[in-house]
Amino acid sequence: MNTLIYLIPIALFLGGLGLAAFLWALKSGQYEDLDGASWRVLDDGDGRPEKD
Amino acid sequence: MSCCAAGVEGALDIDRPGQGLPPSEELWLASHALGDGLRQTELSAPGVHCGACITTIEGALRKRPDVERARVNLSSRRVSVVWKEEVAGRRSDPREIARAIRDCGYEAHLFAAGVEEGDVLLKQLIRAVAVAGFAATNIMLLSVSVWSGADAATRDLFHWISAMIAAPAMIYSGRFFYQSAWNALRHGHTNMDVPIALAVTLSYGMSLHETIGHGEHAWFDASVTLLFFLLIGRTLDHMMRGRARSAISGLARLSPRGATVVNPDGSRDYRPVDEIKPGERLLVAAGERIPVDGRVLSGASDLDRSVVNGESAPVAVSTGDTVQAGTLNLTGPLTLEATAAARDSFLAEIMGLMEAAEGGRARYRRIADRAARYYSPAVHLLALLSFIGWMLIEGDVRHAMLIAVAVLIITCPCALGLAVPVVQVVAAGRLFQGGVMVKDGSAMERLSEIDTVLLDKTGTLTMGEPRLVNAGEVDPGALATAAAIALHSRHPIATALHEATAAVQPLVGEIREIPGAGIEAGTSDGVYRLGSRAFACGDAGAANGQSEAILSLDGRELACFRFEDRLRPAARESADALFRLGLTNGILSGDREPVVAALARRLGIAKWRAELSPRGKVEACAAAAEGGHRVLMVGDGINDAPALRAAHVSMAPATAADVGRQAADFVFMHQGLDAVPFAIETSRRAGRLIRQNFALAIGYNVIAVPVAIFGYATPLVAAVAMSTSSLIVVFNALRLKGLGTATAPAAPHGAGLRPVRSVP
Repeated sequence: MNTLIYLIPIALFLGGLGLAAFLWALKSGQYEDLDGASWRVLDDGDGRPEKD
Repeated sequence: MSCCAAGVEGALDIDRPGQGLPPSEELWLASHALGDGLRQTELSAPGVHCGACITTIEGALRKRPDVERARVNLSSRRVSVVWKEEVAGRRSDPREIARAIRDCGYEAHLFAAGVEEGDVLLKQLIRAVAVAGFAATNIMLLSVSVWSGADAATRDLFHWISAMIAAPAMIYSGRFFYQSAWNALRHGHTNMDVPIALAVTLSYGMSLHETIGHGEHAWFDASVTLLFFLLIGRTLDHMMRGRARSAISGLARLSPRGATVVNPDGSRDYRPVDEIKPGERLLVAAGERIPVDGRVLSGASDLDRSVVNGESAPVAVSTGDTVQAGTLNLTGPLTLEATAAARDSFLAEIMGLMEAAEGGRARYRRIADRAARYYSPAVHLLALLSFIGWMLIEGDVRHAMLIAVAVLIITCPCALGLAVPVVQVVAAGRLFQGGVMVKDGSAMERLSEIDTVLLDKTGTLTMGEPRLVNAGEVDPGALATAAAIALHSRHPIATALHEATAAVQPLVGEIREIPGAGIEAGTSDGVYRLGSRAFACGDAGAANGQSEAILSLDGRELACFRFEDRLRPAARESADALFRLGLTNGILSGDREPVVAALARRLGIAKWRAELSPRGKVEACAAAAEGGHRVLMVGDGINDAPALRAAHVSMAPATAADVGRQAADFVFMHQGLDAVPFAIETSRRAGRLIRQNFALAIGYNVIAVPVAIFGYATPLVAAVAMSTSSLIVVFNALRLKGLGTATAPAAPHGAGLRPVRSVP
């Protein structure tokens, strides 16, 4: 019973972390082009502008 | 990746100065400043469809010194470019960026305003799904402990924690349902959201009451899981509605924004099209669109009148002829006298027709809405009856209330909420892979109901582009010369000529185009002439100048090239496939009667009508609808747009005019017409699956509702029942993916997507 005092907050915290990570990814536009992302994996370039 | 024949046409664009590209000023205005001398422009590139397209466009843009960043979004088919306002002290021209995309072989357009909305709601929905999912998993963990035997203080603790997690999640994620339910109730009717909102609130309230009273059962998990599932359905539905729209709609407008007006004193100024009054004199250069209806005062040229009759074969005009707004002036400059203001012009009439035709479709109610109309009162009645029943039997308000809540939870349209959107999203994904874009889910519902298919001729059944048919018979040298001369014209026949030759050697000499006749090239060999027989050889009265072109040297015929509008790939097979699907086919065309009749015979289509105006096409659609038929209209031109709107459901090829694409519910990206039977079949399958899903959801209720009414629906039973029904529905929808892929259109042929079409 006593361990629950720690475990439940830890579980909730970790879950919350996952949620926060998802919301961050959503906000930073990582879900905006899912079709494109599946193709970009195959792209050999490093994805940076080809400039010097 | 042969599907992206990039650059094929770019190389031939020598004589088409920025044709179709938005003007620099407009691009500059449409971009937004990011600070530090950077600006961002969003362009629509509807031709983008695979990884190679991404690398081609991004690579080409990044090579440019003025481009800072470029990113292609494949889902929405957009290119977002961040560019520098100045490079080495020179103001950069955003048009060059658009041209760079065009040179890779893709169309680039500016968006019309107001395409961006929609996305905000989607993000809110996804966030709500995430929050509900987080709450649901955590509460479920706690609930599992309760079900597996946690008792007394531990159970109460778990219930309290659940209550605390559930409350914010229900407020945050549930607001969509509360708002919608409240709106419905305020207007005196119910929708699917009313039982949802009621079930969620009541179950939460009841559970809280139980928790305070140290009760055994709490439904926190059920209420949050319910929200989670329903939100998934809602999000999919929303994605479905907005997916292809961003790529199809909001493309560059067709009507010119302004025209050069010659004032009575001879001075010229460029004025917006709205300010042009009848009676004014206008100058229209070759390559420009006619801004308003008018009469030719001087000059001669060929006009592409595909806007008016769908026919891409140009028509020669000269002094005294009337011209319609929106038609493209191909070969020579014209001076016009405006006969109507922009708002009374031909284009305006088309827009008016489209709006008028809209009504028929607005009456269509989506399956989900129809189901909701019967479902939600039934559910409420059932919950109320069980409450009254148990009150009569036991007289215990608390217990009767518990049962009523259990009934509401169990009957909540969780599976129903998923039944339609999941199938539609899976079906849309399948269509997308087959090269068909769907504008919204209701289009698929409508497509599955049709019994008649009406096809436009030019641009739909045929490619709408003349093609050289006797390349093997003519002397290759003559063909090469003709192609070199043709390079200097934008006439469709000239385009067909140089498309038929592998490499075009530039011709040295003085080349000039004689509007309405042909091209003349003075070289060291003599004077070459390419054009109608009368022009090239000097004999008048030669027949059918549109489908042949003569090359002559000093008036002596060297070669005769014959052209034909070829059938769209798989047109014949598709017509047969449509018959096999039990559909009646018909052709509606603006073209001349013998041409349409010949084509109809070739395709084995018995019903056809020729020489129809845009209004005639709408009337034909309306007549079919009045006869009790549901019509699929397939067309591409602006002249088809009102009919596309008037039909029950409509389809257009990607090469269609912007207006046509906007008016259509489906757009097919590959050349083959087999996309039409493919889309119909997929939609019918989707329709069947939706009906199965409804049957499954209702069957589930038939089993589960008695359980709830007799008081056996503990939280565990409710959770299991709810999740199973949703999962079954989802798995059933996924079956669509596996179902016979044999009918999917074959991989695109050669340059499957003709990326640039010079004349919309």
